[in-house]
Amino acid sequence: MTEKQLTILQLYPKDMNIYGDWGNVLTVMRRAQWHGYEVNLMEYNPGDTFPDTIDIVLGGGGQDSGQDRIQQDLLKIGSTLHKLANKRTPMLFICGLYQQLGNSFKTQDGHIIEGIGIFNMETIAGPERLTGNIVTKSDEFGTIIGYENHSGQTTLHRDTQPLATVIKGAGNNSTDGTEGARYKNVIGSYLHGSLLPKNPRIADFLIETAAVNKYGSFTPGIIDDRFAESARFTAESRPR
Amino acid sequence: MTNSYTALLGKAVQKIARLRGGGSALPGLFVEKIDPNFVPRTLATLPLGVVVVSGTNGKTTTTKMVVELLEGQGLRVFTNRTGSNFVRGVAAALLSDVDRSGKLYADIAVLELDEAHAVHFVKAVQPRFSLLLNVMRDQLDRFGEIDTTAKMLQHIAESTSQTVVINREDPRLARLGALYADKTVYFGLSSDLQALFPNDDTMRSGGTVGGKQPPADVVLQKIEDEQTASFTMGKETLTATLELRGVYNIFNAAAALALVRQIIGDTIDNDKLKTSLSHITPAFGRGESLTVGGHTLELVLVKNPSGFRLSLSSFNPEGYATMITINDNYADGRDMSWLWDVDFDSLKTEGVAKVAGIRAFDMALRLQYDEVAVGDVTPYLPDALRSFIEQNPHRPKRIYCTYTAMLALRRELAKITNVETIS
Repeated sequence: MTEKQLTILQLYPKDMNIYGDWGNVLTVMRRAQWHGYEVNLMEYNPGDTFPDTIDIVLGGGGQDSGQDRIQQDLLKIGSTLHKLANKRTPMLFICGLYQQLGNSFKTQDGHIIEGIGIFNMETIAGPERLTGNIVTKSDEFGTIIGYENHSGQTTLHRDTQPLATVIKGAGNNSTDGTEGARYKNVIGSYLHGSLLPKNPRIADFLIETAAVNKYGSFTPGIIDDRFAESARFTAESRPR
Repeated sequence: MTNSYTALLGKAVQKIARLRGGGSALPGLFVEKIDPNFVPRTLATLPLGVVVVSGTNGKTTTTKMVVELLEGQGLRVFTNRTGSNFVRGVAAALLSDVDRSGKLYADIAVLELDEAHAVHFVKAVQPRFSLLLNVMRDQLDRFGEIDTTAKMLQHIAESTSQTVVINREDPRLARLGALYADKTVYFGLSSDLQALFPNDDTMRSGGTVGGKQPPADVVLQKIEDEQTASFTMGKETLTATLELRGVYNIFNAAAALALVRQIIGDTIDNDKLKTSLSHITPAFGRGESLTVGGHTLELVLVKNPSGFRLSLSSFNPEGYATMITINDNYADGRDMSWLWDVDFDSLKTEGVAKVAGIRAFDMALRLQYDEVAVGDVTPYLPDALRSFIEQNPHRPKRIYCTYTAMLALRRELAKITNVETIS
């Protein structure tokens, strides 16, 4: 029997890869393997040819300077990412790339980084940095636990669905209690930590969706998540 | 306000604080309040001026090396040896070292300063020399971004009057050096060794800085048998067998040599330099070696991903029982993301016997994803340490620990073995 295979694309690992973004890639890769899939991990950096067949897309955060470096390239592949999103491809974008999946990001020094508008939202860098442990809640994924570290204040337009509601911490901005965004199977979030190892339900959502898209069904493997459970328990009780 | 008045009052507060078992913060704070000019005024009396050492990793070890190398050349050196690298810590260290009339008997001050505090410090005291080691991810919840940290170091370079000594292999610092080319001197690595030092930008791609590099005054050429290092210094070569362990500490020695060569100038005594260098021992908790039950127990401080990666590549796990202790107190940094930017593959064959600390389960989870076997997880440190020692009676042991975990471990270890007290 030939093994079922999933292709994971890591977007801009050279410029947008900080605060443990590798943890998300590693988690999807390992869990897919533990669920019985062979994994083909690919990288896409500015100027590369965008691969034809992709099952999961992952993107991370970066410094403002990194966000500037990838902007033009991101606008070029924007329509490809829109097509993938509309084909219900599972994707996860953290922090910097989450901001750039919105319409625009106005940085600290006042210049505007144009986004690709998969999420109908705007981000403006604020005077204070929102940092600390954060706990949120979503109907689909339950309690989501992570660490936020951003100066961007993100406002979702009314038609945009947040990923979760903040229980402890700031989230998208200092005021409205929303965190992240969701469009079809695309997830955007400010949460590092890394997000996926301590929130395996989201990791498995990405893998299951990709498997169903590609093979029509998904049979989960058995994974020992006791360390994740205990790490979540500790993280929830730590000061901000 | 005169120096003798401040010195007398300050020393009195220090005595009371010590009686109460406190640290250096209170007396330092007291001096700051009653006489904010005490530190700049006292340091201004030093004939050879002030040297500032800053950067993310290796400040404490490198400062210790610079001090010992200078002392080997016959200088009297004032330093903030407790590792309390804030301005307040400098004030407290000064209080201990001045006499009752407030006079400081030293030729030069070598001060380790945290990046953010260095920015404030250089406003009050202009350094004659500065040494900038690296800019890497550390406590990002405090400083925000690496580029911000680089800007802080630029302030130090800007205000240095004579010479800035810079790590050529750090891309952000090399850019900074180019801005101050007329007062910058570099230390660096031979091309063979460069691959061992990935920075935060090249850590996953594995590349090196690339491009044309400026010439360096001191270059670490090679390391043999883990402890014999060869450096080129200008036209000369210095080979010495060191007490220091780990490639990373040895690269810090290149930084210290480059700085000391600038301070002493042409009259430097290279034989004495070599003797001092071979006798330098690591700073506390930085590869420090203790004896427990007839076997060595090493404490390796890890604070950020690049430091952790370098430590893992510096110390061979073969034959050792390994323990990892991760806390997330304020001084450690609250964010656990950094653990995911370290590869633990090198621990796969031996496994990790014990995982401990407040965030023990985050660490265990990290190891699970690198498929490294975990013996057991015991968050409470004293219990973890005791069982780690009991379960591995016949092997040398190594504990990787974050800052507050290191302090706690040393307290526990002091109950069962000889641990140098740092006051």
